[in-house]
Amino acid sequence: MNDITPLQDQLRLVPLEHYVFLCLVLFSIGLTGVLLRRNLINVFLSLELMLNSVNLLAVSFSVYYNDPNGQAFVFFVMVVAAAEVAVGLAMLVMIYRNVHTVDINALNDLKW
Amino acid sequence: MTAILFYILSAVCIISSILMIFHKNAMYSVLYLLICFFSVAGLFVMLNAQFLSIVHVIVYAGAIMVLFLYVIMFLNMSTPVTIRKSKLIMVIACFTGAMVCFVLTTALWATDFGSDPAIVDQNIGMASILGKYLFKEFLIPFEVSSILFLSAMVGVVIFNKKDYKDE
Repeated sequence: MNDITPLQDQLRLVPLEHYVFLCLVLFSIGLTGVLLRRNLINVFLSLELMLNSVNLLAVSFSVYYNDPNGQAFVFFVMVVAAAEVAVGLAMLVMIYRNVHTVDINALNDLKW
Repeated sequence: MTAILFYILSAVCIISSILMIFHKNAMYSVLYLLICFFSVAGLFVMLNAQFLSIVHVIVYAGAIMVLFLYVIMFLNMSTPVTIRKSKLIMVIACFTGAMVCFVLTTALWATDFGSDPAIVDQNIGMASILGKYLFKEFLIPFEVSSILFLSAMVGVVIFNKKDYKDE
């Protein structure tokens, strides 16, 4: 048995299941926020939270299974999230200019 | 000690995200999400994913949150929202979130992930290792993501260009 690194010691103390459950709770909170809030900005924030929980899950799996693919993937998720937020906020500003509110209930022109 | 740190960070993360979705003021929601992002970055450090932790702080806590705050200040949303929201929708939303959490937890409770900490390489999250990995295995996605950024930038400019024909 070779010597145990501090990271291995720490990963032994905190099992992977705890990271999975933390990410699960964060994802559920983000989902609740998307359904709960009527303000478009809060919906975007909840989306960011959900992306974050998925990132954390990917990183924890990548570390516990010793596979750098997961961390490279998280990098691309961050890239796409940044682009998504930029485009989404631009759309939000455009919606605000046209409707003068950011309440998603005001955007019911395509309801029927 | 490190295990306690993990639980503290996850408690901070969960509490701040709950406060984020329930706070009335969007500005405070952004600040609570900022706390959540920093604790997630701390969790990345605990997993020894140092490159991603720094990128997370720079991209999320730096760029994205500043963008959100800027838009909130720009829109001046102090005007009260006139549309009434029904209590039933809120109850249903909370119930749905709780049920998703419950179902996923029960589905994953008995799962054995079979992870073995003994195989873990400590250097996997370092910038040198991950940088080589990104520029060798993921070179084409890396370049495509730069084009994605460029197109997002152009799209944002086109979106918010003033239509001069109306004036």
